[in-house]
Amino acid sequence: MVEIKNLVRRFGNKYAVDDISFEIQRGEIVGFLGPNGAGKSTTMNMITGYISPTSGAVTIDGKDIFDEPTEAKKKIGFLPEQPPLYMDMTVWEYLSFVFDLKGCDFNKKEHLNEVCELVKVNDVRDRLIKNLSKGYKQRVGIAGAIIGNPPVMIFDEPTVGLDPKQIIEIRNLIRGLGKKHTVILSSHILSEVQAICDRIIIINEGKIIADQKTTKLNAVLGQGNRFKVKVAGPYKEVQNLISKIHGVNKVTTDGVRDGDAYTFIVDHSASVDVRKMIFRSLAERAWPILALEGVEATLEELFVKFIDGKGGLE
Amino acid sequence: MFAIYKKEISSYFKTATGYIFLACALVISGFFFCMNTIMADKPTSDISSYFYIMVLLIVVLCPILTMRSFSEERKTKTEQLLLTSPVSIFSMVIGKFLSALTMFLIFLGITTIYYIPLFATVANGANSPNGAMLLGNMLALILVGMCFIAIGIFVSALTENMPAAYIITVAILLFLLLINAFNAYIGIEWIRVVLDWLSIYGRFNAFTHGIFDISALIYYLSITGVFLFLCERVFQMRRLG
Repeated sequence: MVEIKNLVRRFGNKYAVDDISFEIQRGEIVGFLGPNGAGKSTTMNMITGYISPTSGAVTIDGKDIFDEPTEAKKKIGFLPEQPPLYMDMTVWEYLSFVFDLKGCDFNKKEHLNEVCELVKVNDVRDRLIKNLSKGYKQRVGIAGAIIGNPPVMIFDEPTVGLDPKQIIEIRNLIRGLGKKHTVILSSHILSEVQAICDRIIIINEGKIIADQKTTKLNAVLGQGNRFKVKVAGPYKEVQNLISKIHGVNKVTTDGVRDGDAYTFIVDHSASVDVRKMIFRSLAERAWPILALEGVEATLEELFVKFIDGKGGLE
Repeated sequence: MFAIYKKEISSYFKTATGYIFLACALVISGFFFCMNTIMADKPTSDISSYFYIMVLLIVVLCPILTMRSFSEERKTKTEQLLLTSPVSIFSMVIGKFLSALTMFLIFLGITTIYYIPLFATVANGANSPNGAMLLGNMLALILVGMCFIAIGIFVSALTENMPAAYIITVAILLFLLLINAFNAYIGIEWIRVVLDWLSIYGRFNAFTHGIFDISALIYYLSITGVFLFLCERVFQMRRLG
């Protein structure tokens, strides 16, 4: 559905995107993951034809975005990083303009009603966009992207700046869209792409460092050998006790006291489950464990893993 | 293209721009019309001096229509919507151009009311208004307006700062307009020819006397075309970075 070949984009002598290639099948939800400035937006802007690549090619459903821009752009719905909204229009006027702009040839009123229903902007459709909250603006932006039912939908950081409830709503919406459409979204939050996407492409400094199914990536991350334990007991002694347990590599703590308890971060080797031992040793000394939770790998750690080649890079 | 045209027209009237343009244009043009014809020291139906002033007037008025055109789209990032939609850049430029031209024509349309009292009050014998001259002047003004709008749209594509777009446009228009005023002071023949060729005012003359000058027509249309084309190039170049 979307094919990207040796895409390069240079700004001055800095390579924002440096020779990336991948292919996305119909019906896939793909997440672009990377820190700010990794080249996510640049790549998306090239896929949608907003900027031209220095070299390389983008093909949408067999149409080259530069040779047949009109045909290719008809197949894409795009939500840029900052939703392109006209503040002095009402929601309905805006969507109606986007409908005309895309030259859609089905019943306008019916289609706009469907879209409003889908992204839940029905109750604000007659309000001026400038008076809407950020969450609603984002939804109107998404509505604009899905008008005309394009087979490919591209969302650049769709959940940035939203509150947790809105984030969940937008995620569900995107997951729903993914049932019928090919979706590409970008994010710098690992858990977000894990939650939504079938496949994750990790980019850093303009290069793809991993391109894997989410399930596979989760397995890599599952080797995460770190948890947080909160223990009520004397700080130094507890730390000493835990670090002496077989299999524990490192115990760190931020030293912040909560009542008589401290939180310790325990790194251990993958082969041993040290949690039982910790429980027993602490129980012997009558230092109760108040909390125990796994610590997810951060994006930075994921990078380290892949860059070091331990991630089973394909 | 039609979607953009429609959006632009409605935005002229939704923001204050359209009203400001029409209000300023009508008040000032109405004032000069009166002062030069029916309320002049010797009331006359000769409208040529009025039209000379009108050309100067639209130098400051047309940029009001065009300063927002692309600069605002760029500032608010809405150009991203336009440029990723299945619409060619050229039809986008044409849509913007036609909407500004429409506003300009609405203004000129309203000014036709001025000629009613002119024909009514001073329509006697040799002093009666000259219809051909009037038509020639109107046509010339429309052509000059087209050039100015095309130049204004081109400038607005260059900057995201609206006041800058306005000032730069006025500066360019004034330069093009007054260029032949320097001619008398320049001794070198070929520079004078070039300046003369560039001068927008220079070509205005024939029309104001009611003569249909086809070379001037082509000149104005070419200037319009060139700047709209340049505007399209600006977007192509920016895409390449």
